[in-house]
Amino acid sequence: MRRPWTFYALGTLFVAYMVFLYGPMAVIYVLSFQGENGGVTFPMTGFSLVWFADVFKPGQMANVPDSFGRSMALSAIISILTTVFAVAAGLAFRRRFPGSGAVFYLAVASLVMPSLLVGFGIGLGFQLLGWKPGLFSSTLGAQLTWTLPFGLLAMFAVVNRFNRSWEEAATDLGANSWQRLRHVTLPILLPGIIGVAMGAFTLSYDEYARTTLTIGPKNTLPLEIYALISSATSPMLFAIGTLTTTLSFLIIGITVTWVLRLQRRRAAATLKAG
Amino acid sequence: MDSRFDVELIETTKRYGATTAVDAISLRIPRASYCCLLGPSGCGKTTTLRMIAGHEAVTEGDVLIQGRNVSDLPPIERGTAMMFQSYALFPHLNCLDNVAFSLKMRGVKKAERHAKAREYLALVHMQDYAMRLPSQLSGGQQQRVALARSLITRPKVLLLDEPLSALDPFLRIKVREELKRLQRELGITFIHVTHSQDEAMAMADLMVVMEDGHIRQFGPPREVFERPVSPFIARFIGGHNVLPGANGKIAVRADRCRLGVPGGDPFVSGRVTAVEYQGTMVRVALATDPGDEASALVPDGDFYARPVEPGDPATLTWSDHDAHALMQA
Repeated sequence: MRRPWTFYALGTLFVAYMVFLYGPMAVIYVLSFQGENGGVTFPMTGFSLVWFADVFKPGQMANVPDSFGRSMALSAIISILTTVFAVAAGLAFRRRFPGSGAVFYLAVASLVMPSLLVGFGIGLGFQLLGWKPGLFSSTLGAQLTWTLPFGLLAMFAVVNRFNRSWEEAATDLGANSWQRLRHVTLPILLPGIIGVAMGAFTLSYDEYARTTLTIGPKNTLPLEIYALISSATSPMLFAIGTLTTTLSFLIIGITVTWVLRLQRRRAAATLKAG
Repeated sequence: MDSRFDVELIETTKRYGATTAVDAISLRIPRASYCCLLGPSGCGKTTTLRMIAGHEAVTEGDVLIQGRNVSDLPPIERGTAMMFQSYALFPHLNCLDNVAFSLKMRGVKKAERHAKAREYLALVHMQDYAMRLPSQLSGGQQQRVALARSLITRPKVLLLDEPLSALDPFLRIKVREELKRLQRELGITFIHVTHSQDEAMAMADLMVVMEDGHIRQFGPPREVFERPVSPFIARFIGGHNVLPGANGKIAVRADRCRLGVPGGDPFVSGRVTAVEYQGTMVRVALATDPGDEASALVPDGDFYARPVEPGDPATLTWSDHDAHALMQA
């Protein structure tokens, strides 16, 4: 069958979009293997791994390994806090308690607040009160203003698909409220909860605007990279990009494998019985 | 305490804000009965069931199970078990763990509760599916597992919310027989909510017809069918014509009506609007001249001896002793 001209038009548009999206990243990955004497643009003068080695050396301008460690720790804490509060709030908001509408809008309002202003306000507040800003105080709080409302909205989508009669059945079968949460509600919601945790982690991991205005003496990775870009440019920046992308794919891969193995174990239990 | 009744409702009322879902209903369900709560959607039958189960708080009045007031008790302490309309099987647990769930909550050891759960799966012929997840079962199989999960709590009263509505018509009739058999064997009361009068008539010892939060009539199905008290009941349980009589409305069973000519018997004339072949019978629908809808269920032999077609004039006749007066409502 002959395809209509719209097929080719839309196909071209899609390909152009993909090139626009992934092209620059591909360039970065290629250039991160630039030869020792090469620069930040083509041509490649050779192939080497020196830029990757550079990343792991604490330099004068930046200490990538240390800031990476700090970023991971901060994001992990943010992820845990966001998940705990979002799950609790998501379950609570199923009931239309008095004032729930107002509480909801207050909670998600910080999503639309300009991020620089939020960061600036928190930084200023710390200064006013004479507190020292720090990674696990002012930055943690500033990032939570961003990840908590996101987590709450994501939880709404997760909780929406939850059938109330599962909980009623649990009560009917004699579960108390704790047993109901532990053995029915949380296990059924688990895939969604993992999603919220991953989302909060990535939001925190590459947050810039709020972080830069509330950070103490020690930088997170995005701040460190930005400092590098504005001071010296070398293919080492590209090497960082390649490494972080690899890491992201590793985390995604591990999570997916975990979920698949869970499913396969259930399927295996089925086969044994069949 | 002993009582002749498994369930008693005393002026039981449920209000949501200004609306009254169930309005001071009273009902006594004798020991080991199969009771069907029947009514159109929104009549309060499911709310009534949920109040008996303890999933809905009673606004006023009381619920008694075997003579004990359970109005303020949580579900598990009432001696009831509920089977939900969608079965509400836990999707992350296999059949065995679903059935064993209540034992696990009570802290029964794994080996013991699995053995017990296998027993109950066998009761509903699902022992070969113990390790399956609910999503790997058909609707009918899921229902059996849900049934086993409810029965393992050894309830005095089993509450079933529209248990057959998710099944195809053939399976529905099979499951009907099976539920009835289980109820007889276990010797406990089943309360079954349905909007299908066929289902209620086929299964119930006690049929309770509800409308607008009130019980409009209750009794054995035959009694209700033979003597519907109001036009609502006569129309809802089906098979009846509600027609104007000498003193208010009367009900006549459609299968006692004939197509004939005006004579000594009471009659009403009209026009045929539809003819439905139903196998052993033919249903002839009429619009009567006074403006009612009526129908006659005519044996197929009689019909084909003198067939009619939509648009034909026709006269509906019946015997006086087949008509009975209805309460005005």
